[in-house]
Amino acid sequence: MSLLKWRPTSVGAAWTMIERDRGGSVFLALVAALAIAAPVLNQVVPASSPFHLSTYSLTLVGKYMCYAMLALAVDLIWGYAGILSLGHAAFFALGGYAMGMYLMREIGPRGVYGDPILPDFMVFLNWQKLPWFWVGFNHFWFALIVIAAVPAALALVFGWFAFRSRVTGVYFSIMTQALSYALMLAFFRNDMGFGGNNGFTDFKDILGFDLHEDGTRVTLVVVTAAALAASYLACRAIVGSRAGRLFRAIRDAESRARFLGYRVESYKLWVFVFSAVLAGIAGALYVPQVGIINPSEFAPINSIEAVIWVAVGGRGTLFGAAMGAVLVNYAKTYFTGALPELWLYALGALFVLVTLFLPRGLVGLGARRRRVVQAGVAAPVIWALGSSVGVSLGSKLK
Amino acid sequence: MLGTKLQITWLLLAVILCAPRALAQPPLRDVGDVRLVLDELREASFVEKERIVERLSGRGDPSIRPVLSALLEDRLFVRESDRHVFIVKSADDSLASLELIDPVSLAGAGSASRDDLTKIGTNNQLRKRLRALVARFDLSGPDAAVRLAAVEEILRSLDAESLALLRARSAVEPNAGVREQIEIGLGLAALDSGDSRARLDAIAALTRTLRPQVRNRLAGLLERAADGSFAESDERVRQAAAQAVHAIDRWRAFYGVFETLFFGLSVGSVLVLVAVGLAITFGVMGVINMAHGELMMLGAYTTYVMQLAMPNHIGAAILLAIPAAFLVAGMTGVILERTIIRFLYGRPLETLLATFGVSLVLQQLVRSVFSANNRSVETPAWMSGTLQINGALSITVNRLCIILFSLIVFAILLIVLKRTRLGLDIRAVSQNRAMAQAMGIRTGWVDAMTFGLGSGIAGIAGVALSQFTNVGPNLGQSYIIDSFMVVVFGGVGNLWGTLVGGLSMGVVDQLLEPYAGAVLAKIFVLVALIVFIQRWPRGLFPQTGRAAESQA
Amino acid sequence: MSSTLRFLTIGLLAAALAWPGAVLAQDTIKVGVLHSLSGTMAISETTLKDTILMLVDQQNKKGGLLGKKLEAVVVDPASNWPLFAEKARQLLEKDKVAVVFGCWTSVSRKSVLPVFEKDNGLLFYPVQYEGEESSKNVIYTGAAPNQQAIPAVDYLMKDVAVKRWVLEGTDYVYPRTTNKILEAYLKAKGVKAEDISINYTPFGYADWQARVAAIKKFGSAGKKTAVVSTINGDANVPFYKELGNQRISAEDIPVVAFSVGEEELSGLDTKPLVGHLAAWNYFMSDKAPANKVFIDQWHAYIKKPKRTTNDPMEAHYIGFNLWVKAVEKARSTDVEKVIAALPGLEVPNLTGGVAKLLPNHHVTKPVYIGEVRADGQFDVVWKTSGTVPGDAWSDYLPGSKDIEADWVTLKCGNYNTKTKMCSGQSYK
Repeated sequence: MSLLKWRPTSVGAAWTMIERDRGGSVFLALVAALAIAAPVLNQVVPASSPFHLSTYSLTLVGKYMCYAMLALAVDLIWGYAGILSLGHAAFFALGGYAMGMYLMREIGPRGVYGDPILPDFMVFLNWQKLPWFWVGFNHFWFALIVIAAVPAALALVFGWFAFRSRVTGVYFSIMTQALSYALMLAFFRNDMGFGGNNGFTDFKDILGFDLHEDGTRVTLVVVTAAALAASYLACRAIVGSRAGRLFRAIRDAESRARFLGYRVESYKLWVFVFSAVLAGIAGALYVPQVGIINPSEFAPINSIEAVIWVAVGGRGTLFGAAMGAVLVNYAKTYFTGALPELWLYALGALFVLVTLFLPRGLVGLGARRRRVVQAGVAAPVIWALGSSVGVSLGSKLK
Repeated sequence: MLGTKLQITWLLLAVILCAPRALAQPPLRDVGDVRLVLDELREASFVEKERIVERLSGRGDPSIRPVLSALLEDRLFVRESDRHVFIVKSADDSLASLELIDPVSLAGAGSASRDDLTKIGTNNQLRKRLRALVARFDLSGPDAAVRLAAVEEILRSLDAESLALLRARSAVEPNAGVREQIEIGLGLAALDSGDSRARLDAIAALTRTLRPQVRNRLAGLLERAADGSFAESDERVRQAAAQAVHAIDRWRAFYGVFETLFFGLSVGSVLVLVAVGLAITFGVMGVINMAHGELMMLGAYTTYVMQLAMPNHIGAAILLAIPAAFLVAGMTGVILERTIIRFLYGRPLETLLATFGVSLVLQQLVRSVFSANNRSVETPAWMSGTLQINGALSITVNRLCIILFSLIVFAILLIVLKRTRLGLDIRAVSQNRAMAQAMGIRTGWVDAMTFGLGSGIAGIAGVALSQFTNVGPNLGQSYIIDSFMVVVFGGVGNLWGTLVGGLSMGVVDQLLEPYAGAVLAKIFVLVALIVFIQRWPRGLFPQTGRAAESQA
Repeated sequence: MSSTLRFLTIGLLAAALAWPGAVLAQDTIKVGVLHSLSGTMAISETTLKDTILMLVDQQNKKGGLLGKKLEAVVVDPASNWPLFAEKARQLLEKDKVAVVFGCWTSVSRKSVLPVFEKDNGLLFYPVQYEGEESSKNVIYTGAAPNQQAIPAVDYLMKDVAVKRWVLEGTDYVYPRTTNKILEAYLKAKGVKAEDISINYTPFGYADWQARVAAIKKFGSAGKKTAVVSTINGDANVPFYKELGNQRISAEDIPVVAFSVGEEELSGLDTKPLVGHLAAWNYFMSDKAPANKVFIDQWHAYIKKPKRTTNDPMEAHYIGFNLWVKAVEKARSTDVEKVIAALPGLEVPNLTGGVAKLLPNHHVTKPVYIGEVRADGQFDVVWKTSGTVPGDAWSDYLPGSKDIEADWVTLKCGNYNTKTKMCSGQSYK
């Protein structure tokens, strides 16, 4: 495996690449603005002002940014290397669980049962001592290592076997789905030592800072924004390098790339592992902000939703994927509040319309005006049809 | 003086001591007594009711049987206006006024409105007792099947009185099957006899029976009491009993393997049913249909609607639901293909996403139309119950039906693909689309028909699923991953692969389950599959040739 | 160029939508409803949302509360546990509701607990649960284990003379805790370990052949056997179907369930289930006049004469009336004042008795054991003579028997009577 082709040809060239990428620059500027605005609007602006960012909205912003990171991870391997993983939520959840384990150890004797070492659910299950895989999680640096290492290890093993056997395309996607499903079943078991169905919840503090304080929340949002920007830059660097060109070659014509002499399997493996680590970090930042991690994060539908974010935003354009994630999740938050009955129709219609009419996502909108018109007409029609049929039939037949 | 007083005292004492006994068992000699006793049922607690029905049947007068069976079937009511107890001809919910029958004379006694009648309630123990008491009467009934059922019921709760009845009956019973069961009951009783020879004979006779009651009784002979002594004093009898128990256990283990195999086949046949539709769309057309689960759900809901439409003919409803579900799901599939999938050929990943969106819409549609609650689908009488092969092995009829059904569906599908014109067209288009077009086959139409066929099979699978699992909007989600696994394992595009793959996955899952628990067994199967695919990426029966290579 | 402009437009649009709209004049008291309207729990929770809407409607017809109308704010956390916390925060911080009625699963409750404690909200939780919790900000109107599980086992031991026990549950906290308590209880009553069989299956478990065959085998050892079922949700339907298929009648091996009510039975063919048992604090078939009134009102509101009522609905009825009474007593909807006014209040329940709120934030409830009827209703075969006070910390678990919850005098939900210390999860 030759790593030489990974480095961009020079630092200066990397910066030029970024400047050439206008969409990405706008994206980075937005992220930076958010990182500055959020603390100000939450802490400085008084609560009565309409510009105040409530804690609720602050948490939402942090959550969206974690999802944006996950979308970046998915876009990196799908948009650029043609690997569709339908199980990336598994890596996200694994990173989340690692962070969760650290946060559970941090609770210490303040749990319901007051045990200084064992988390509540272990006391409840009558376990006498900490299982081996929990040892060390009272140190933050250890948790950081695990957050990166476990998704990487899983991706390495799974990917090595899969790519070596030339499992590609649809088969690979279904295998990743099976993997995340198996993990979900495993983590739901109470006997596994990961809190079972309840997962980890009721966190108290992180690194000594109270998780419920606004100050900590703001810091987490800023850290997430920084991580998002860093991930974007890293992905952009990879994609802009010679390796990036090879990924596109693999995506477009894998056999040809192989016959040209490139070690296709190795490249796929390394980008898959990197993407898994990115997803894991996103999950780790997600958990302290949301306050709970639970096996349903492994659910196959979460991974498929991540893919949809990328498809909506624009696959193969990193900033598009991130924006897609924010947009779709914002819509979800809005609709589950405003029109809960219609949310699933809207989501389903989104899947269909994006794949049919927007193969290049919203980013590709500018180039396809006719498609935009088609989509713009089709969307409300399908929505109206679906909901009116459903509601009218429902009132007759229920 | 004292003497007379003493005598009187003794007399009084005697009367007082004997009276309760006399009062407790008044001879039910006349009609008035029976009525009085029946009236006691009105206010009695459940325990008291048990005592009352014991008294009523104590005499063995068969005229009391209709009262007992009426009480068992919730057809005994109290008329509030005169507080008399009546049997009701039919207590159906739809009737506002119920026909009354006099419990003693069994003649018609007019009718009363439902509001004037209060049901005399039963609980589990009371019903169990009533069944045993009714069985005693049925022992001498005209119908052999009824007599057999009666003996079975009596065997469940053997006591001295029923034993006496069995003994009396064994002398006159003409039917061999019934006689065999009676012998078992008498054998069990003989285990209590004082003569060890009789006990040995009884054990020898009972060894051939695999019933749990027999085994328990024999094992009971070997039990040690707290002081170390055995329940069975004779050493030879104990040895015979130990051998018998050992033999019974061996046979039970043997049949247990069959039972596990049966479970595995039934789980596997369900997997085959849900996967075979997918095998066609995925294998033959290269289309990933994530809405496959929802098409099954539509089939299950079709069954529900059929049953709603024909509430009195449930069996017919299910049979009619099969073609109906095929049509409903098939039409949905064709519409799906024409409007969405047609534009996404050659882009399997996009089809996956688009069909996932469709699945969400279909789920929510069903939720809006039918509500999010599960719906009840009844199993018709001919499909429910168990076939008791012997004391150790019983096979549930509905699972057997599903196994047969999936094999039939598979066979039909095979015939359609291999022997009909449509099948030929489908195979041609899947092997080489361009050549098929050049030969004049309308590929667009064939695509629609293939998808419709696969979807229709999914609908039929839904009909089968409705028989043993929830019919709700989430029905599809539970099976979609499994169906993909089966198709990938068996080899895409190969129906035999789906059959073998599905059945073997089911059997392995059921074999593991008693040892590892349900979840670990499932996880193991999934992991084994993932590893399997790494080694044989194209499944058990892979497609070969250039066309197959270019498709993936 | 165009893509950048488009992004700016989209970004601005999003920002515009994100900013809250003009604040309307507030002349209503807001009542939050936090129940899943989609996802796996929608089946159970949608009915509860409708119940609260009906109760709000009725209260408004009576003239509202403190002279203002009540307004229900409904959100859909979609059976997604993190979303529950988010929606709870939305209700408390954005919509500024005075009270929230919500949650069903323990996970959802545990997920929103920190939010309610941090923002000092008030949650009425209507579902039977496993105990081991008592929060200042939560009123538990559902049954604690000593108000459901223990009386059911008592009934089976005494009235049905059960000697062998199968504890069959879904693999999550409520069955695990309940079975732990029951195992300790059974052993304390002299049941041997080999006569108790405990087993867990995952959510939505559908293929019950092997498991039911094992139960049959366990139950054919010659002693009367019963199954105590804490199977939840979807898995119940195939379980009961399989029991019917394998001809296990309630007379041979009765099954008493804690999570199966009228609502769950309406999705089942109940003929093979006749005689199986359930333990609740309320049955729709109860003849009390208050129940008839409630059922008629429910049918009129939901416009469907065949809809059933069930125990969690009664819990919401009790909770809502307790809240109204407390607000009237405190002459304010301020959460602190309402929480202080609540303990000791009594409201009528739907079975002809009275529900009293205790200092540990639990309610007194009668316990009923019912047998399934062919029409999907329950026949009551046993009931407690009076009401049972809810106990958050089970006396049969070594970790909990010394713990007491009292929010009036001790002001603590997790007070250890031996060490005389208040500890645990209360947010301080």
